[in-house]
Amino acid sequence: MPRMSTREDLERARRLVLAGRDPDAPCVTVCGGTGCLASGAGKVVAAFEHEIESRGLSADVAFRSTGCHGYCERGPIVVVEPEETCYLRVKPDDVAEIVTETVAGTRVVDRLLYLDPATGRKVARESDIPFYRHQRRVVFGANRKVDPRSLEDFLAIGGYHALATALFDMTPAEVVDEVKGAGLRGRGGAGYPTGLKWETARNAPGDTKYVVVNCDEGDPGAYMDRSLMEGNPLGVLEGLTIGAYAIGAHEGYVYVRQEYPLAVENVLIAIEKAEGAGLLGSDILGSGFDFTVRVHRGAGAFVCGEETALLLSLEGRAGEPRPRPPYPAVKGLWERPTVINNVETWANVPLIVSGGAAAYASVGTGGSKGTKIFSLVGKINNTGLVEVPMGIALREVVYTIGGGIPGGRKLKAVQTGGPSGGCIPEERLDLQVDFDELTRAGSMMGSGGLIVMDEDTCMVDVARYFTSFLADESCGKCVPCREGLRQMHGILARICEGGGREGDLEVLQELSEVAVEASLCALGKTAPNPFLSTYRYFRDEYEAHIRENRCPALSCKALISYYIEPELCKACKLCLKACPAGAIDGERKRIHVIDQERCTRCGACLEVCPSRFGAVRKISGEPVPPPLPEDQRRIARASEGT
Amino acid sequence: MSQIRMLVDGREVVSDEGATVLEAARSAGITIPTLCHHDLLQPYGGCRLCIVEAETGGRVALVASCVHQVQDNLVVRTRTERVDRIRRTLLELLLAHAPESPQLQELAATYGADRNRFEQQASFCVICGLCVRYCAEVKGKHAVGFVDRGTRKEICFVPEIAVMECATCLECFPLCPTSYAQAAYVLMKGLAPR
Amino acid sequence: MDTERVDQIIDSHRGEESALIQVLLALQRENRWLPKEALDRVCARLDVPMSRVRQIVTFYRAFSVVPKGRHQVHVCMGTACHVRGARRVLDTVQEVTGIGPGETDLEAKFSVETVNCLGCCALGPVVDVDGTTHGNLTPVAIAEVLEGYE
Repeated sequence: MPRMSTREDLERARRLVLAGRDPDAPCVTVCGGTGCLASGAGKVVAAFEHEIESRGLSADVAFRSTGCHGYCERGPIVVVEPEETCYLRVKPDDVAEIVTETVAGTRVVDRLLYLDPATGRKVARESDIPFYRHQRRVVFGANRKVDPRSLEDFLAIGGYHALATALFDMTPAEVVDEVKGAGLRGRGGAGYPTGLKWETARNAPGDTKYVVVNCDEGDPGAYMDRSLMEGNPLGVLEGLTIGAYAIGAHEGYVYVRQEYPLAVENVLIAIEKAEGAGLLGSDILGSGFDFTVRVHRGAGAFVCGEETALLLSLEGRAGEPRPRPPYPAVKGLWERPTVINNVETWANVPLIVSGGAAAYASVGTGGSKGTKIFSLVGKINNTGLVEVPMGIALREVVYTIGGGIPGGRKLKAVQTGGPSGGCIPEERLDLQVDFDELTRAGSMMGSGGLIVMDEDTCMVDVARYFTSFLADESCGKCVPCREGLRQMHGILARICEGGGREGDLEVLQELSEVAVEASLCALGKTAPNPFLSTYRYFRDEYEAHIRENRCPALSCKALISYYIEPELCKACKLCLKACPAGAIDGERKRIHVIDQERCTRCGACLEVCPSRFGAVRKISGEPVPPPLPEDQRRIARASEGT
Repeated sequence: MSQIRMLVDGREVVSDEGATVLEAARSAGITIPTLCHHDLLQPYGGCRLCIVEAETGGRVALVASCVHQVQDNLVVRTRTERVDRIRRTLLELLLAHAPESPQLQELAATYGADRNRFEQQASFCVICGLCVRYCAEVKGKHAVGFVDRGTRKEICFVPEIAVMECATCLECFPLCPTSYAQAAYVLMKGLAPR
Repeated sequence: MDTERVDQIIDSHRGEESALIQVLLALQRENRWLPKEALDRVCARLDVPMSRVRQIVTFYRAFSVVPKGRHQVHVCMGTACHVRGARRVLDTVQEVTGIGPGETDLEAKFSVETVNCLGCCALGPVVDVDGTTHGNLTPVAIAEVLEGYE
């Protein structure tokens, strides 16, 4: 792409790209997001490239490997335009048939289509699939349309129209006002009003200012920012450039976790292409505005998602949060005014500038405008990334979009907000998903992780898990967080191991209060949330652990025993062979018995026992029945039930 | 520089803009307990013992007085039930590591902290950072630093620097509230190659 | 690690002191661990005290100051994987390899780490071995996977 020195150059380039693309010609899109790659999408891509070339179709068929589409449960995903035929769980061996039937021909390959469990019918069009139909993919939808390494693809979907509008039709102050009017709130977790942050930075004294992209996405189970950065880095860069213009910054940083190498690679390529095309660097599109961007990798510290810690990390220091005030918008990177925003926040900016504040604010609730991308994971049928309007009922996300809980199990809670958040129990599932509602329910929006938990999830263990995570990730600078988490983790671990004592819950509450009130940064202040929220809604589980040495979810290893029901055991020896501890005694036609002393509670026996027998079960809080006497262990006939 | 007027424990305190609440309180003879604070060092805000209630515009917040800047019409309360409760728990958490520290014991007496509240993990170091920060900011030698993070955070003398600088200095020793700095130095000397 | 290569990496970051973490990351990526000599060189060239470098390489989990095994086993302990049984998978990894997270076995065959989220939640529980993602794991399945490595 040649360098564009004016707005007209941009529009000319865009027209040229579009002119060279026939919307009615077949186009094959394969999801190349990290999840799909792990499921073999790379081979599917290679198979398509081979098929298209060897059949001489290269001139007539467009092919594109894109970023994450979001329906991660069903990857690898292939979408064939113009009919938008969506194929799921595609294997390399399916590719030849797809090319013959759908690409070269006009038929569908039925077995690869989505089967709607509600209607029992196959769905061919991507946008008709319930998972997609109920979403509102105004930000994330671009992922499906672009090869992240192609500037042409980005222009084809309208990329950089917003930046041109900002640079040539608006003053920086007007851009700030537009973002304020839109009501955009930070998508990284705290939900601070973005426009206000920009205004503060814009008005802060000083000529040198910075803008930073926070792609240190650390909440385990959340990978929205990863997918945005991998799948549409130019979209993020465009938002960043608009923000730089608005506050008067000429240097920007993209801070990406080093655990996301593909995101780092793709954003570096995007920067290079944008610079080459005059969309980044000096005198962007001839506007007189200069802006350069550098990429920094994180080095493995969750706390560096906290803004002051991230800025210290950019300065080459340990990420120990600073007290605030002063806030980064006034004194940030190298003590200069700095706007640091989350990836998704930046990705929303072009939408606001192009469509206007009023249109943006027409979606969402009074206090939470726009859409939010969530990672819907855990005990859920349709694992993936979903984008929904703020205000949607959590129940709709879990059931209508998420497809409910697998295996017919019962939903217990949805955990939101990562380690800083809390659990929303089933009885509060009708709440509207927005910043304030989630906070009122004892959780928070966080970066967007929605971890679905079912009846087999132990909520005390959930608290222990998050507390352990935070104790390791705490920077260790302040006493309430470092020492508070040390003690809280010790107590919670002890409770999960059967050593719970009267008084433990009171100590946990007291430590929680001190951490909330006295910690230096948000990590410490929100660290007690996992305990506080599970205690609020699942106190009975805590009490069962402490008073009865019982884990109601049958999950905590130290509190459960595995037991083979003699009535159901068919002496097939599968569990015997699978047991890594040699703890099962038995033979063909001799009912198997688990030696509780040797059992390590790994669960292999439960895993391998055929479901038609279902002879293995877990027991908690009561003694294991003694083994049958020898003479009763012989199976007379190998038949169903006795 | 403009003058800032605040109320601290009911008394009017005047200070210069840019001063911290701790400095302002001290200038009026009001004591706020500290552990990680030192007049020669940049405020750290790590121990949180200097926590006070600060009310402005009808809202009460808990702030670390060693880092919080003075503000006009701020109403500060250095001893309240809430503040005392927090300080007591903080002390109990620290005493689990350094039960014999004279400084901690003295504060424990004031706040009724029980040194046996939490299970003893006598690692002694309370991560106040005085040794690290003094060596960096005042001496410019960086002979001792922090390593790791979270519950595993520790101080560590760097042998190559320490063997050259420390023997004639040792100024961090009297700063250490638990005498751990001395222990860490001796350990490092014992382990360092000759 | 030879000094020339260390210098090249430092120079590619313009020898800037604030690029300390980026330089160390590049060295870690290339050498898979950070020998003392490399750290000494970084201190000298970037003019930073060793105590600061020590803090950086221990504060941030990306760095290793000890050599690693031939095979890197990364067990995802993200919340989604946790809820799907990652703990039991980790227990099995420990049993099979004989080592725990952060350790390398005596034959330098395996290095085991826990990681917070690999972003493949649909496949959870997930273990990454040498860059290959293994998903939908159970204790039995991960034991089989690991037995396949020399």
